[in-house]
Amino acid sequence: MTAENKQPKIAVRNLNFYYGNFHALKQINLDIDEGKVTAFIGPSGCGKSTLLRTFNRMYDLYPKLRAEGEINMNGRNILDSGVDLNMLRAKVGMVFQKPTPFPMSIYDNIAFGVKLYENLNKSDMDDRVEWALQKAALWGEVKDKLKQSGLGLSGGQQQRLCIARAVSVKPEVLLLDEPTSALDPISTAHIEELVHELKQDYTIAIVTHNMQQAARVSDYTAYMYLGELIEVGPTDSIFTTPKKKATEDYITGKFG
Amino acid sequence: MNLYFRRRLVNYISLALSLLAMAFGLFWLLWILYTLLKNGLGGLTPALLYLETPAPGSHGGLSNAIVGSLAMAGMGTLIGTPIGILAGTYLAEFGHRGWLAPTTRFINDILLSAPSIVIGLFIYEVYVRQVGHFSGWAGAFALSLLVIPVVVRTTENMLRLVPNAMREAAYALGAPQWKMVLLVSLRAAKAGVVTGVLLAVARISGETAPLLFTSLNNQFFSNMNQPMANLPVVIFQYAMSPYEDWHALAWAGSLLIGVFVLGINILARTLVRNPSQN
Repeated sequence: MTAENKQPKIAVRNLNFYYGNFHALKQINLDIDEGKVTAFIGPSGCGKSTLLRTFNRMYDLYPKLRAEGEINMNGRNILDSGVDLNMLRAKVGMVFQKPTPFPMSIYDNIAFGVKLYENLNKSDMDDRVEWALQKAALWGEVKDKLKQSGLGLSGGQQQRLCIARAVSVKPEVLLLDEPTSALDPISTAHIEELVHELKQDYTIAIVTHNMQQAARVSDYTAYMYLGELIEVGPTDSIFTTPKKKATEDYITGKFG
Repeated sequence: MNLYFRRRLVNYISLALSLLAMAFGLFWLLWILYTLLKNGLGGLTPALLYLETPAPGSHGGLSNAIVGSLAMAGMGTLIGTPIGILAGTYLAEFGHRGWLAPTTRFINDILLSAPSIVIGLFIYEVYVRQVGHFSGWAGAFALSLLVIPVVVRTTENMLRLVPNAMREAAYALGAPQWKMVLLVSLRAAKAGVVTGVLLAVARISGETAPLLFTSLNNQFFSNMNQPMANLPVVIFQYAMSPYEDWHALAWAGSLLIGVFVLGINILARTLVRNPSQN
């Protein structure tokens, strides 16, 4: 640890991950700072999403997947077997590649998560739904149709609904797994602005295939290749003066 | 150009064969409907709905058989549906590890293709013989055994169509599994599950064999503890009889069942077509 008194929000130590016999993440060591946006870039199959999905232990849903090592969050190793996964996931929100609105009204999409851990009365819930939709810059577009199905929104709106849903439970960390890869440029710009807004309150980790996006939205960038973390540092220096040749080749488009 | 021509030719031939196959199937269906309408339409009178099944030569209707059929199919569906939905949900959502789910699935598949007369005999042995008489309940139980495998199968299939991403999204909010299943998966699969139930109703509505050994028949109205009249068995008996007026009633009953089953199938189709309505 450095002498800095600010502890990283997430500290990954010697993390290895396996899909059955396949060694997908190799000796990952990484700090994710609180209140910053950390972007993960790298070619397909390099393990970016896999790494992201260890932070809320989403991999636990499937048999034969296992992680070894440590991921420390709030002074606790979340890979410990005693960790309450539901509580962990309530603190570490996630937004997926494809928008995943639930088959219910826009209002209920937000209320679903809130109801899991909080008992709010009607007016408090109304306030929370509005607050979350404001945060996700969606309120203006949907405030008159909160009772309509979330499935009726456009792709970009659906994704912002999912962000609102993730934000509504007031998590500490927000994981974004290629949140704009299924969206048009305008919706993508919306979401990127949103990331800027949200980082004031949340620690954000974002996986992206789009290097310009990483450069635009993130404070730190991590380049991964074949399950290894090649280089991590402030986004400016990764994109202007990368220390490693492999990183430079990737970001300049010579490879990948 | 030669290749292009050949592909066009193969395309036309395949298209023609498919159309022919469709026409073949449709031809019989329409013929059946035509026969039902031609013979049954004359018997469709209001008296059908308020008179009980008559003795030969006297005036009568099918009211007790219609009510009996509705009661037994209704109870059978009511008993079989919850069991079927719960089991199907287990298979799709919980039974990922271990031997219980594959075994259940296998047994369910057997049950799905079991001849319905075997189901009737089974209920006859374990229920009718124990209580000592035929009854509407026995009929309902037999029908519920036909409902269960259909509902199990469709529920599981429909839940499997729910994208995993949606489940992950619910888990990612910290939802426990039962809430995810109840509030997200089943909700997303709702239209499909309801369709499965409707198809099960359609399946049991015309079943005769399982009722022959269980509810038998009754010339009059009865409660569920007595032998109970029902359309399929009445049709069977009346059609085999030598009396003209009974034949007419049998045709009318057949038309009723035919239209009912057709209607339910159409309803099920429309439900599947608009799955996003909440």
